[in-house]
Amino acid sequence: MAERVLDVKNLKIDFHTYAGEVKAIRDVSFHLDKGETLAIVGESGSGKSVTTRSIIGLLAKNAKIVGGEIDFHGKNLLDIKEKEWQDIRGNEIAMIFQDPMTSLDPTMKIGQQIAEPLIKHKGASKKEAWAKALEMMKAVGIPNAEERINEYPHQFSGGMRQRIVIAIALICEPEILLADEPTTALDVTVQAEILDLMKDLQKRVKTSIIFITHDLGVVAGMADRVAVMYAGEFLEYGTVDDIFYNPQHPYTWGLINSMPTLESQTLESIPGTPPDLLDPPKGDPFAARNKYALKIDLEKKAPFFKVSDTHYASTWLLDPRAPKVEPPAEIQRRWAKYAKMKQTASNS
Amino acid sequence: MARYLLKRIFYMILTLLIVATVTFFLMKMMPGSPYANEEKMTAQQIRIMNEQYGLNKPIWVQYLIYIAGVFHGDFGVSFQYSNQPVSTLIGSRLGASVQLGLQALILGVILGVIIGAIAAMKQGTWVDSTATVISIIGKSVPNFVLAVLLQYYIGLKLGWFPIAGWGSFSQTILPTLALCVGPLAETARFIRTSMVDTLSSDYIELGRAKGLSRTEVIRKHALRNSMIPLVTLIGPYAVALMTGSMVIENIFNIPGIGEQFVKSILTNDYPTIMGVTMVYSIGLVIILLITDIVYSLIDPRIRLAGSED
Repeated sequence: MAERVLDVKNLKIDFHTYAGEVKAIRDVSFHLDKGETLAIVGESGSGKSVTTRSIIGLLAKNAKIVGGEIDFHGKNLLDIKEKEWQDIRGNEIAMIFQDPMTSLDPTMKIGQQIAEPLIKHKGASKKEAWAKALEMMKAVGIPNAEERINEYPHQFSGGMRQRIVIAIALICEPEILLADEPTTALDVTVQAEILDLMKDLQKRVKTSIIFITHDLGVVAGMADRVAVMYAGEFLEYGTVDDIFYNPQHPYTWGLINSMPTLESQTLESIPGTPPDLLDPPKGDPFAARNKYALKIDLEKKAPFFKVSDTHYASTWLLDPRAPKVEPPAEIQRRWAKYAKMKQTASNS
Repeated sequence: MARYLLKRIFYMILTLLIVATVTFFLMKMMPGSPYANEEKMTAQQIRIMNEQYGLNKPIWVQYLIYIAGVFHGDFGVSFQYSNQPVSTLIGSRLGASVQLGLQALILGVILGVIIGAIAAMKQGTWVDSTATVISIIGKSVPNFVLAVLLQYYIGLKLGWFPIAGWGSFSQTILPTLALCVGPLAETARFIRTSMVDTLSSDYIELGRAKGLSRTEVIRKHALRNSMIPLVTLIGPYAVALMTGSMVIENIFNIPGIGEQFVKSILTNDYPTIMGVTMVYSIGLVIILLITDIVYSLIDPRIRLAGSED
C-alpha cells in the first residue's frame, strides 16, 4: 500500500460574515498518497480553495475551523502554532497560486524571489541559494536563465511567470504541492506546457500534488485520483477512470455532460445555482438542481456508497432500493466504454 | 541616461524661463511702488531713484535686462536691505530654512511611515483608528497653533527647549516638531492606504506561503512596494518645507527665507520677490527630477523615457 502523506478527516470550516456563519466546508475527508496527484474539481465557491488553504494554514482571518483533523506526519495541522507553520510552509508544503501576473513581487529580482525559501528553510548562503535558483530556472525551462535571473517580473510573460512560481514552490522539494488553478489564467497552449512541466517535475522531486480546478479537461491528463466537490462537500471520488468513465453522482454526470466533445452540437450546462451556504440544505446539496433527485435527497444526505475499492459516491441512487434511472446519453456511452475497459483488463 | 538628463535639463530651463516671465509681469501689475515714503519724495528724487534702479525703462526692456542677469546668476540688488545683492541676501537666509525643512521632513516621513505601516498591519483595530485620528488632527490643526502650544508647554512650562531664536541645535527642536506634523500626517495616511492595498496582493500571500513570518513579508516585500506612491508626494513637500514656512519662521524668530519673502512682497522689493520665487522654482524642478530618478530606482517597472533599454 502506498505511503500516506496527508489525511484530512471530517474537516469543517465556517466563515464569519455580517450575514451570519457561512458553512464553507461541511465535513470533508480525503487522503493523499506519496507521489500521486489528487484533483479537486468543482464550481467556483464550492470550497476547493478553502480546503487547500487550510492545508497550508493560510485561511482568511474570518475563517473558523469548526472541526476535523489534518494529519501530516502524525501532526494535526489544525492545532499547530504559527511558528511551526512557518517551518512547514514553502518547505514541506508549498503552494502555487492562480494568477502568475500578480504572484510575484514587482520590485524584487526573480533570482532573489526563487532563492528566498531556500535561505529561509535550508539555511543556504546567498551564493548557494542563487546557484540553486539558477538551476531551478533551467529546470522549469526558462531560456537564457543566466541573464534572466537578474530581471524583474514585468519582463516575463504570464507562462514564464508561472514557471517561476513553480520554481519557487519546488526549490525546497516539498512533500506536498498545492496548486490552486495554476493554469486558469493562462492561454490554452501555455496551459498544456505548464501541466507537462508539473508532471515532469513531480516525478523528479517525488512530490504529491493537490490540484484544484474547475476544468475537467485539465484533470484527465493530470490527476491520478479525482474528488468532485460541491457546496462544501465531496460528492464523489475515485480514480480518473472511475470518475470519467463510471460516474455515479448526478452532479458528476452534469459536469461531464457539460464538457464539449468533438461530436457535441450544443453546449450543455447544469441549470440553477449552488445553494446558499449561510443556510445549507439538509439533504444532498445538489438535489435542488438535480432532475434525478429522489424524495430522500431533500431530507437526508446519502452516505458514501462503495462502487469499487477506489471509487465512492454519495448518492441515494446507489442504494439497492433506489429506482433505476436513465443517465444522459453521453454518460451511458462512457459507462459502455468503461465496461469494455474492465473486460479487456480482466482478459489480459 | 545621459540623453534623458539632457532632455530633462532643457525642459527645466524652459520651465524656469516661463516662471520668471510670468512672475515678472505679475509683479509689475501689483499696486504701489518700492518707495516706502513716496509722498515725501520730490519728483526729481523719484526720477533719480527710478533711473538708478532702471525702473524708468520700458517694461519689456526691464524684463530683458532681468532675464539676462538671471542667466549670469545675478538677481539684482534689493531695494530694501541696504542695496545688498539679492543672491547674497537669499544665500544668508536659505541655510536656516533648508535645515529646518529637512529636519522636519525626515522626522515627519519616518514617523509617518511607521505609524502608517502599523495602522495597516492592525487594520480595523483600535490601533488603526488611533492612527487615523492622529493623521486627521495633524492635517487639520494649523502648524502655528501647534507651534504656540509647543512654545507654551514644552518651552515655557517644562523648559526643555528654547522657545525661539536660531543658532543652536536645541533651538531647532520646537520648530521642527511643529513643522513635521504636516508631512507626518500626510505620510501616515498615504502609507496606510498603500500598505493595505499591498498587503492584500498575491505576492504577499506567496511570501507567506514561502514560510516567511508576517514581519518578514512586510519588511522584504510590502514596505518597498508601499513606498512607491510616497515618492511622488514627498518631492513637492520637500521643496515647500525647505524654502521656508513663513508663519513658523516668524513665530520662532528664525532668519529664514520665508520671512524674507513676506517682507519683500509687502514692500514691492521686486528683485527679492523674483529672487525668492526663482529659488523656489529651481528647487522644485530639481526635486521633481530627483523624484523621477528615485522612482525608477525603487520601481523597476518604471524606465526613464529616452534612456536605453
